[in-house]
Amino acid sequence: MTETVTYELMVNGERRVVEGSWLGESLLFALRERLGLPGSKNACEQGECGSCSVRLDDRLVCACLVLAADAQGRSVTTVEGLTGADGDALTDVQRAFLDEGGVQCGFCTPGLVMSVHDLLDRNPTPDDLELREAISGNLCRCTGYGRILAAARTVVARRGEASLHESEGPA
Amino acid sequence: MVEVNAGRRRPSSVVSLTRVPELAGWHREGDEIVLGACLTYADMERGELAALVPALAQAARTIGSPQIRAVATLGGNIGTASPAGDTLPVLAALDAVVEVAGRAGGRRVPLLELITGVKKTSLAPGELVTAVRVPVLRGGQEFLKVGTRNAMVISVVMVAVVVDLDGQSVRAGLGSVAPVPVRAREAERYAGEHTDWSRGRLAGPAVARRFGELCAESTAAIDDHRSTADYRRRAVAVCAARALARALPPLEA
Amino acid sequence: MTVTGERTATAGRLGHSAARPDGVPKVSGQFAFSSDLSADGMVWGHVLRSPHPHARIRSIDIGPALAIPGVHTVLTADDVLGDNSFGLEHADQPVLAHDVVRFTGEAVAALAADHPDTARRAAQAIVVDYEPLEPLIDAEEAITAPPIHPAGNIFRQLVIRQGDTSAEGEVVVEATYEVGMQDQAFMGPESGLAIPDDDGGVDLHMSTQWLHVDRDQVAACLGLPTEKVRLTLAGVGGAFGAREDVSMQVHICLLALHTRRPVKMVFTREESFLGHVHRHPARMHYRHHATRDGRLVKVEARIVLDGGAYASTSGPVLVNACCFAAGPYVVPNALIEGWAVRTNNPPCGAMRGFGAVQACFAHESQMDLLAAELGMDPVELRLRNVMKSGDRIPTGQVVSGAAPVEELIRTCAAVPLPPLDPSPAVMSMPGGSGRTADPARVRRGVGFAVGFKNLMYSAGFDDYSTARVRLEDGVATVTCAAAEVGQGFVTLAQQIVREVLAVDEVVVAPAETVTIGSAGSTSASRQTWMSGGAVERAALAVRARVDAGEAGPIEETYEHHHPPTFPLDENGQGVAHVSYVFAAHRAVVDVDLDLGLVRVVEIATSQDVGRVLNPLQVTGQIEGGIAQGVGLAVMEEIVLDRGLVRNASFTDYLIPTALDMPDVTIAALVEEPEPGAPFGAKGVGEPPTISSSAAVAAAVRDATGLALPRIPIRPQDIALA
Repeated sequence: MTETVTYELMVNGERRVVEGSWLGESLLFALRERLGLPGSKNACEQGECGSCSVRLDDRLVCACLVLAADAQGRSVTTVEGLTGADGDALTDVQRAFLDEGGVQCGFCTPGLVMSVHDLLDRNPTPDDLELREAISGNLCRCTGYGRILAAARTVVARRGEASLHESEGPA
Repeated sequence: MVEVNAGRRRPSSVVSLTRVPELAGWHREGDEIVLGACLTYADMERGELAALVPALAQAARTIGSPQIRAVATLGGNIGTASPAGDTLPVLAALDAVVEVAGRAGGRRVPLLELITGVKKTSLAPGELVTAVRVPVLRGGQEFLKVGTRNAMVISVVMVAVVVDLDGQSVRAGLGSVAPVPVRAREAERYAGEHTDWSRGRLAGPAVARRFGELCAESTAAIDDHRSTADYRRRAVAVCAARALARALPPLEA
Repeated sequence: MTVTGERTATAGRLGHSAARPDGVPKVSGQFAFSSDLSADGMVWGHVLRSPHPHARIRSIDIGPALAIPGVHTVLTADDVLGDNSFGLEHADQPVLAHDVVRFTGEAVAALAADHPDTARRAAQAIVVDYEPLEPLIDAEEAITAPPIHPAGNIFRQLVIRQGDTSAEGEVVVEATYEVGMQDQAFMGPESGLAIPDDDGGVDLHMSTQWLHVDRDQVAACLGLPTEKVRLTLAGVGGAFGAREDVSMQVHICLLALHTRRPVKMVFTREESFLGHVHRHPARMHYRHHATRDGRLVKVEARIVLDGGAYASTSGPVLVNACCFAAGPYVVPNALIEGWAVRTNNPPCGAMRGFGAVQACFAHESQMDLLAAELGMDPVELRLRNVMKSGDRIPTGQVVSGAAPVEELIRTCAAVPLPPLDPSPAVMSMPGGSGRTADPARVRRGVGFAVGFKNLMYSAGFDDYSTARVRLEDGVATVTCAAAEVGQGFVTLAQQIVREVLAVDEVVVAPAETVTIGSAGSTSASRQTWMSGGAVERAALAVRARVDAGEAGPIEETYEHHHPPTFPLDENGQGVAHVSYVFAAHRAVVDVDLDLGLVRVVEIATSQDVGRVLNPLQVTGQIEGGIAQGVGLAVMEEIVLDRGLVRNASFTDYLIPTALDMPDVTIAALVEEPEPGAPFGAKGVGEPPTISSSAAVAAAVRDATGLALPRIPIRPQDIALA
């Protein structure tokens, strides 16, 4: 290590200081090795697998392709920052991954959970191709994607039912 | 960042351009569009810009993954000057002009003069790509990319065909078939001469095929781990013919 | 018996899609994979690898690396504390090369530093003076070439002679087939953490498939008694065979012992591609003899596997390829010859399907060729020759267990074909987002394939698993060293204990080598039978004591062996296997005839499962296995150029994305209980990978009319044919 820098990141709503880091470190490295947030995974370090997908402000990015120091002043959301509704520790997407068998080895799972959230935030009712395209940057080697697609469809259906119930609920 | 992660580059200082507003976004100036160097592929994929320069949107959608398209920029694609740079055949076909800023002031360089070799540009030390100017044209635009996977794949070949109905010309940019993006001038001349411009239709289906062959002849493709030179020439011929037939539907023979 | 839906089952017990105990941590990012571990005072390990496929090492100068601030130690072959060789079958691979390097990526030096970037720079600073040697890269040549290793170039040679080897058929079809080098390409890169103790031993936290055999190999290379190496399984990000061999285990333990600090190492993706074994490339010449009415008379095969530079499991892979070379058919006469050889290509070893994948591509291609020659429907030809329980494979061994091959073929072939979309979206045509397709030049093809292989280890290997079940205060705890690599053994272990002991709460203890014996490897589709059986019998022993009225904590340990098997004799005959598992696949593809791009539209499958113990996990294994088969058929290959790997990255080693993977239709899970198998269940992991590649290749042939004797099928194989 040679030149070191110190900077502040906003991660999952908290201000976190990164001290004495090498300038060339990626956001992924900073999250995993300096901030104790290993939920974002390191599988390729070149943006080809999506395992390190995080939200940077309003966009889903590969944390391995973001210079950590360049994320100063921006809002980073990792899988550790997800929380469900009504006090549930898990989000509906995470629940659906479990219910539909979308998890095997689990290495791609945090990235895929982030991708499915990102898609459904932008497009609540994706068709099959939109869904496949949205997760096409997340490689999974265990599942063949079948159960992951099923999980995403389940979230769409459950959210649809929930909003239907809301609109039919007592005025 | 990929090269830094892999230890092939060790920056001692870094200048971030992501928050320079002058480099972001795009705007129209008369018959031209000025694309900021920090315009992301996600920005190009949809919306008004995609309607104005459809081939650019089509190319953008083939690049990497949604996560990559959210951060990767047009300026980055140009500066990297990879033979497989996905927007480069489109920019070549559009006769794009690159705006460069440096300590000595700004200059404008045609894209094909800026890119001089495999990952080589004529940018001087301290110079920065700030914007790219492309024309707004009336006519079909097509971008086709061959890869061995349906998404997230480095191209084996790319073909961009742009039709200018007002200027009565066809332009073809080819990628991954030479060290730099290629314009298929002979093919363009041939297509221009064999188009019924009053109706905006190719003279016949054979024109598209011949156009494809001429495009293939203008390549300098090589064998590598992604494909072979023979296949690349074949794929250029097929894709160029298909692209032209989509952009200028042929009159029935 | 065929089931199409989930049976009525008690929640959490056998037959039910019980929840994974590791599910919540995995979806929330809390699950600790091996790459997530850390320890106080930890330093980062790194390995310097050979850039040459074959070279003599004249000298190594580690001085410049040691001079870099932050570098703790640099080790070469002289610093290996015990044996400087390891290997699953034969210890023929150096821990650190001392005189010769035999493949690109071979480990030459290991070092530890305060930061991964320092470690990488230090590796770049080591000066190795290589004298490049001519690489031996052709497997056929290797059979007769001068040896490139003291142990010679032939890992294994095998002949199987069955019946009358001079028999002739009225119809003969002959062809040569090739399979490229596939990579397991799991997502979680190799990683581990070694922590030295105060007594000269080491605690190793590692993602692996086989804890005890890792431990034994590491101890030998460290010069330590096995009990001084304590291995605990760290979270495994997929395996598929690539974690069966030792990768970094010895290196990080050596570094930990030399530095007296915890040492962590995480492979980059490039190192991962260079640092583990691959699926063997195969060249297979086949000649099928049949009667005019389509009955097989004889199968002749000559199979050459490129094992790369070191032995790994080349021998057993070859045995499998030869034993299953004729497919799940009645073959009265056979002459099958096989070689697994050493070259200067990357080492090859275990990958899902283990030799059966390569053979299946060849025998199923031959069946299609024969059907065409006879003017018969390919499915009908297969049915006419289909193997049943009681038939023999070419080794003379009777298939005594369930062999519902006919039902698999019939149910799979009966799935209605997916409709042709009259106006398909360009994204759903070959070429996908590249927008290359012209619907007028896209042809649909349908292909069929059937495959089989053995369950568990064969040919005399004493295969066993050990499990302990403890019942205390209504809570059961299972201890077993079976490696959970994502397949869901931890779920199954809970289900079994709930079923046997009728308890709700079952804890699965971490897999380790200190308190429990070996569970064997998570491979060969064996853990359901072997470790599932060990858990069942330990639980049954606990229940017997409960039933006898015993109170207080009850603990039982059981070591479960499968029936003995025997090596093949000089004619390749003998009882080498315990049980077999079968599957059928039908592929539907769309092919761009001019560009040679393929889109796989649908895979239908039927699989022999014995009994479904967890429907969701069975589905997951089938879909995931098919994805790897599809990948091998149309895109996955390690590209070599004179021994150099040209595509050691996810940029260029392409695996299917969600836009490439077709819908999977499971036509039938055939539940014919397997005699001797715990609960009658067969392992389900490998069959989806075995015949899916062959089915896709057959479908592409159907669409194009081309012979296509090689997988993966490359666009140029079609477009330039």
